[in-house]
Amino acid sequence: MLAYIVRRVWQMVPTLFGVMLLLFVLFNWVGGDPSYILAGKNLSAEALAGIRQQLGLDLPLPQQFLIFVKQVLTLDFGTSWSTQQPVSALLHSRIGPSLLLTGSILLLGTVLAIGIAALVAYLHGSLTDRLVTLIATCAMSVSALVYIIAGQYWLAFKCGWFPIMGWSDSTLDNLLHYLPLPLLLGVIVGLAPDIRFYRSCFVEELGHDYVRTARAKGLSEPVIMLKHVLRNAMIPVVTSLMMSLPYLMMGAMLLETFFGIPGMGKEVVMAVERSDFPVIKAITIYIALATMLFNLLTDIVYKLIDPRVQLH
Amino acid sequence: MPHTSAPPPAAPHHHNSLTRIGWRRLRRDRIGFAALCIVGAYLLLALAAWSGLVASHWQDEVAHPYAPPTLFAGSAPHHLELNAADIDAADRRATSAAALDGSGATGLSADEDPLAADMAAAQQQAAQYRGAEQTRADSLPLGADQRGRDVLQKLLQGSATSLQVGIAGALLALGIGTVLGALSGYFGGLLDDLLMWGYSVFTSVPDMLLLLAFAAVSGRGIGTVVLVMAFTSWTGTFRLMRAEFIKHKGREYVRAADAIGAGHARRMFHHILPNVSHLLLVQFSMLTVALIKYEAILSFLGFGVGVTQVSWGAMLAEAPAELLQGYWWQMLAVTLCMSLLVTAFSLLSDSLRDALDPKVK
Repeated sequence: MLAYIVRRVWQMVPTLFGVMLLLFVLFNWVGGDPSYILAGKNLSAEALAGIRQQLGLDLPLPQQFLIFVKQVLTLDFGTSWSTQQPVSALLHSRIGPSLLLTGSILLLGTVLAIGIAALVAYLHGSLTDRLVTLIATCAMSVSALVYIIAGQYWLAFKCGWFPIMGWSDSTLDNLLHYLPLPLLLGVIVGLAPDIRFYRSCFVEELGHDYVRTARAKGLSEPVIMLKHVLRNAMIPVVTSLMMSLPYLMMGAMLLETFFGIPGMGKEVVMAVERSDFPVIKAITIYIALATMLFNLLTDIVYKLIDPRVQLH
Repeated sequence: MPHTSAPPPAAPHHHNSLTRIGWRRLRRDRIGFAALCIVGAYLLLALAAWSGLVASHWQDEVAHPYAPPTLFAGSAPHHLELNAADIDAADRRATSAAALDGSGATGLSADEDPLAADMAAAQQQAAQYRGAEQTRADSLPLGADQRGRDVLQKLLQGSATSLQVGIAGALLALGIGTVLGALSGYFGGLLDDLLMWGYSVFTSVPDMLLLLAFAAVSGRGIGTVVLVMAFTSWTGTFRLMRAEFIKHKGREYVRAADAIGAGHARRMFHHILPNVSHLLLVQFSMLTVALIKYEAILSFLGFGVGVTQVSWGAMLAEAPAELLQGYWWQMLAVTLCMSLLVTAFSLLSDSLRDALDPKVK
């Protein structure tokens, strides 16, 4: 196991290098000269030259790439071009709200989806099953944007049950006051595809021979469902759940933008709007690292919950 | 009555290709066939809008701002609007008041006001350019937007744009993924390692973040969006095609092709590709749906199609401000139109997968 982990971590090095190369090509080559953006209105030759020198843009490209590699290795991405805050401090303050929002969405959404999916799969073929599947299919086809726009308008603006937008410094205030509506909308958006996917996992397990055997030896239905089927169906469920963990860091971009939650997702959107390259680069590197780590963790968890899996 | 009955025609000899079997199964699948018809109708509409047959005048301001849909003309929120005649009347009132007591809006008489001559000249010039007042409709089938444009025309044009972006992006992504996957799976070795490295790089960044990073350095516009989406979403097809080519390259028919002297390219794209193309069809259908949804989000955030183009995302971007004032029709129209297509496409993907599954007889 340890050897496996070490080898996998070692394999991340070329991937991380590739991500750095991709970002470098994107932002230093395709993206053109950012000094025009930064200079703004005082567009004099000296100002441009000064900015280029400050950013190291007058250096040859390989040397610029080395600077970027050094930034990644030290996890020090300099200062944001638009706010002049250090990027690391900026991201540090953004990760909390994102984790709170996406974490609670993931938790509540998964519990609800597994519960409904297990129930529907148990009744599969019945009217309830077909109705839920139909509703889920229709619900999936509506853009997430529509749910958020409509939810914010009716639940917050028209009915006044929730604040329209905002975020506070106190976690308790956030939990009680600002979190519920984005949480509700996030769960609604994610519920339909989750139910459909989990249902198919459960239905597949229900068709296996061991279920018939369990029934034949007289086990009660709850025991069959909860003890036998659930454990086996959890394998793909846990895998998909683990794969969605990197998105925790990324935050819910649309929800954060709509509800003014100062998280990572909103930061990404604002950074793209302002062409704030250091922030985009830093977030991408962090998310890529997280994705690679969580992929490794997924494989390990996979092994733990399914002893038949061979790691190699 | 003498009747020369012809012998029953010999049953036509079908070589039962998978495409033919699949087509027959799809036609028998009522839901799948209905979905195919809906998607086909959208495609025809998009082609018509694209070639300028319908909705080419979507930018014309044909109605009053926020003119309601015809069915709801009575119950819709009222929109107060000042037109040129109102402004003229107000101007005239002000000038006549100024002539009476020597004080206009500025509180100065004409000889005291240093700008009076300039203002008069400017008003004269403005009068030259004032076009004939267009008669504007009070209501339209699907209502009007803030500038009085017909929502129905916008919807048609927007559907064409969204479909164009989704289909072109999916085709391009499919092309990249297929070629790279074929090379990787067929040749293996160093090339495979290199391409797998590229794959792991692109999959280690979430799609949406990658899209935004590409969008940050490129401009707006349909072409850019298509390219950005293709560059970020080829990975699924790549993995699928690589696995298929690894599986197929050792099969007997490929070795037979090798024996009769078919080159690598011929073996890859003439012999193997048709045998895996049914997977590509399903992949294409799923990718198109995903890209249409991505396009809506990108355009909504302002990183998608240009400001002179309209798409479903661009129309949804106008929705929050409209809803606040009670104008719900544009959002409802886009939502229904988009949901219908996405549902049809998803159902079609499912049906295609079932119909083209070679294991089911």
